[in-house]
Amino acid sequence: MKIRINALAGIAIAATAALGLSACGSSTSPAASSSADASKGEITVYNAQHESLTKEWVDAFTAETGIKVTLRQGDDTEMSNQIVQEGAASPADVFLTENSPAMAQVENAGLFADVNKDTVAQVPAEFRPSTNKWTGIAARSTVLVYDKNKLSEDKLPKSMLDLAKPEWKGKWAASPSGADFQAIVSALVELKGEAAAEAWLKGMKENFTAYKGNSTAMKAVNAGEVDAALIYHYYYYGDQAKTGENSKNVTPYYFKNQDPGAFLSVSGGGVLKSSKNAENAQAFLKFITGKKGQEVLQKGTSFEYAIASGVPANEKLVPVKELAAPTVDPAKLNSEKVTELMTKAGLL
Amino acid sequence: MTTQVSAPERSGSTTTAGRGKRPRPPFGVSAVGVMAVLIALFALVPLGYVAVMTAATGWDTALELIVRPRVGELLLNTVLLIVLTVPLCLILGVGGAWLVERTMLRGQKVWAVLLAAPLAIPAFVNSYAWVSAVPSLHGLFSGVLIATLSYFPLVYIPAAATLSRLDPAVEQSAASLGLGAWRAFFRVVLPQLRIAMTGGALLVALHLLAEYGAFAMIRFDTFTTAIMVQYQSTFNGAAGTMLASVLVFFCLLLLLVEVRSRGTARYARVGSGAQAKALRLPLHVYQVPAQLALLGLTLLAFGLPLLFVLRWIIAGGADIWAADEFVPALWQTLLYGLAGAAATTVVAFPMAYLAVRHASWFSKALELSNYVTSSMPGIVVALAFVTVSIRLVPGIYQTAGVLVAAYILLFLPRALVNIRAGLAQAPKELDEAAQALGTPPLLSFIRVTLRLTAPAAAGGAALVFLGIANELTATLLLSPNGTRTLATEFWSKSSEIDYAGAAPYALLMIVISAPMTYLLFQQSKKVAGQ
Repeated sequence: MKIRINALAGIAIAATAALGLSACGSSTSPAASSSADASKGEITVYNAQHESLTKEWVDAFTAETGIKVTLRQGDDTEMSNQIVQEGAASPADVFLTENSPAMAQVENAGLFADVNKDTVAQVPAEFRPSTNKWTGIAARSTVLVYDKNKLSEDKLPKSMLDLAKPEWKGKWAASPSGADFQAIVSALVELKGEAAAEAWLKGMKENFTAYKGNSTAMKAVNAGEVDAALIYHYYYYGDQAKTGENSKNVTPYYFKNQDPGAFLSVSGGGVLKSSKNAENAQAFLKFITGKKGQEVLQKGTSFEYAIASGVPANEKLVPVKELAAPTVDPAKLNSEKVTELMTKAGLL
Repeated sequence: MTTQVSAPERSGSTTTAGRGKRPRPPFGVSAVGVMAVLIALFALVPLGYVAVMTAATGWDTALELIVRPRVGELLLNTVLLIVLTVPLCLILGVGGAWLVERTMLRGQKVWAVLLAAPLAIPAFVNSYAWVSAVPSLHGLFSGVLIATLSYFPLVYIPAAATLSRLDPAVEQSAASLGLGAWRAFFRVVLPQLRIAMTGGALLVALHLLAEYGAFAMIRFDTFTTAIMVQYQSTFNGAAGTMLASVLVFFCLLLLLVEVRSRGTARYARVGSGAQAKALRLPLHVYQVPAQLALLGLTLLAFGLPLLFVLRWIIAGGADIWAADEFVPALWQTLLYGLAGAAATTVVAFPMAYLAVRHASWFSKALELSNYVTSSMPGIVVALAFVTVSIRLVPGIYQTAGVLVAAYILLFLPRALVNIRAGLAQAPKELDEAAQALGTPPLLSFIRVTLRLTAPAAAGGAALVFLGIANELTATLLLSPNGTRTLATEFWSKSSEIDYAGAAPYALLMIVISAPMTYLLFQQSKKVAGQ
């Protein structure tokens, strides 16, 4: 018996040592201090926006207010679902996304606090949900990038819906696994109805080539692997501003005419009801929709549209007014329905 | 002739019990058993999660989600991937090991290390390099290519270790009985490699089931990449869980095959005297082709990835070295890797002990339960942990402890396979002899068995470290806020096709993996008794 206990004790000691080691690991990581952060008013942002953009916002915000911000990086739906799972126990104070369906999901779970009035006042009505449970912080336009050597202008589709027609078989690419594309589909559902969307997705499955990520899809067009790709505008402008290496053979085409393919997707920001530092979280949201935050969009390298506080878009972009985007209430975009339809069509 | 290696003895038999005090195991089977059961139960948390979610979905919906064309596509891809890659890895791994260990290959010491080296390159870094070299790469054959080049060392390392230890007396006996070199290889040597080959093949197959990054980058869809996509869209959506349950079924099938082919043979050498040096076959005219083949393999598996990482680093210049980003990532990767490796080794030990020393259907079932989890993609394990920890123990949510616990589950088989092999080759007769000489059981266990097993455990720990250093999805989901590892940084940069920006992280991953790979290689030789 004694031996048995000794052996157990030995293993227990070893296990404790191992766990102790891992505890050491945690004490040096920022997480260990996160509970202490709450008292000092630091906030945690679950960030599905491009990291470099949010970092610029955070740096400017911290410089102005002294409030520290911890970022947790992830994808739109991945994070919205994580927040829903976490519920009232969520460590997140603020949630930022690239598109709006993930915001709608958190809103539907009843986890958002109302956005402060002064923030709402900064954002034009078309860029925020009618419920004011969250707000738009930037926007991105749908665009078809294509290879001029392969497609002449008269061959371009009049509508995004044309891409499901047989003549487009094997000619275009998209990134169906991304929130960007799923936002476009949710707009399609909202504008044309479920049945039309389902038919379009079936045609798409026949015609398109799947790539992982919008930039990868654009790169494929540039490399001549495929004629065109349905992505958002700023991947093109971002690459042009750098080396142009992945877009030198690529031209953007805007559908306009209130076409589903002219959809302007709103990036969202919201404050969690469960936030322990709601005041600072609201201040952060006010900051990024305010003049300084929007100027980061206007002057920086993200090439997303500035939408609030009267700050105009980056001058290299086609102005918002000329995009002739269809009108969609972002609160109505439904990510669950979209995944269901895409799964049915065999895209996921 | 006192060596009896070739005659498969039933492992349960005690040959040296003698008439004196009956030797006792160092600790009660029950104590180890209880621990093993606890660990197995813990390992089954993710499986339980999948089962509960599947049950909650209902049979009709489940059927609808599983029986559809897309699942057929994924099934075909995954099966073909395994069916093509595993044999290729076996051929390259065993062939390489045989050339290095049993022939008069020139420069065999250098080749011995170079063939293990690709293990230091994470599969998704390999993929990234190949996509840089051949941008149009995609689909099944690219998947097979990259997986084979990344994973054949998992067969090579144990095979080389076994071959280097193999008692030449067996082959001599075979030769004296009139078998030629080739026939002796197939009839005597190859059967001895069975544990190394089945263990290696199982590891390769489990890697293939769970790999995400490498296949996502070359647009090759498997169950795991599809599950990842499903979770990114619907997270706890039924479809993802259904796909995961198909994957679990796959894993069980593989385990069954492995258990059947592992057999019950005994592999520890007992007998007086030291074992003779292995014989080496002269290569004659095959020397040059052998050299060229190994050179080709090394260039493809190790040279090309390294070359392209360095090319991107040079192209990126000084700008890509942002110290405030890569220093914390490096530091956290090291800490998690070391903590996870230590914890996993400790947890694996009772399980391996039970499996080797008290083999029964029960201990086998316990052992196998640990493999199921590791065949599931990191995202499923992570999700199970998110759900369970936030509901039951919210206090530990997003702490380093939960992440380490997930690492233990994901990488337990790596430690287990190694420790099991080490234990199997530490003759329990030695332990018993020490006891017969008056050493108390626990002390004799520590002095004899533990010491003989330590190198194997170190090898397993190194393999776990490699796994953690490359892990992506569980880290993203479970890590404390602000955690950045080399793998997560590499992934976020490379998926935005910022290949130059990703290069430093790729290089750092290779640099910290290299010593672990070398340790693994060295220790595997020691385990094999050199």
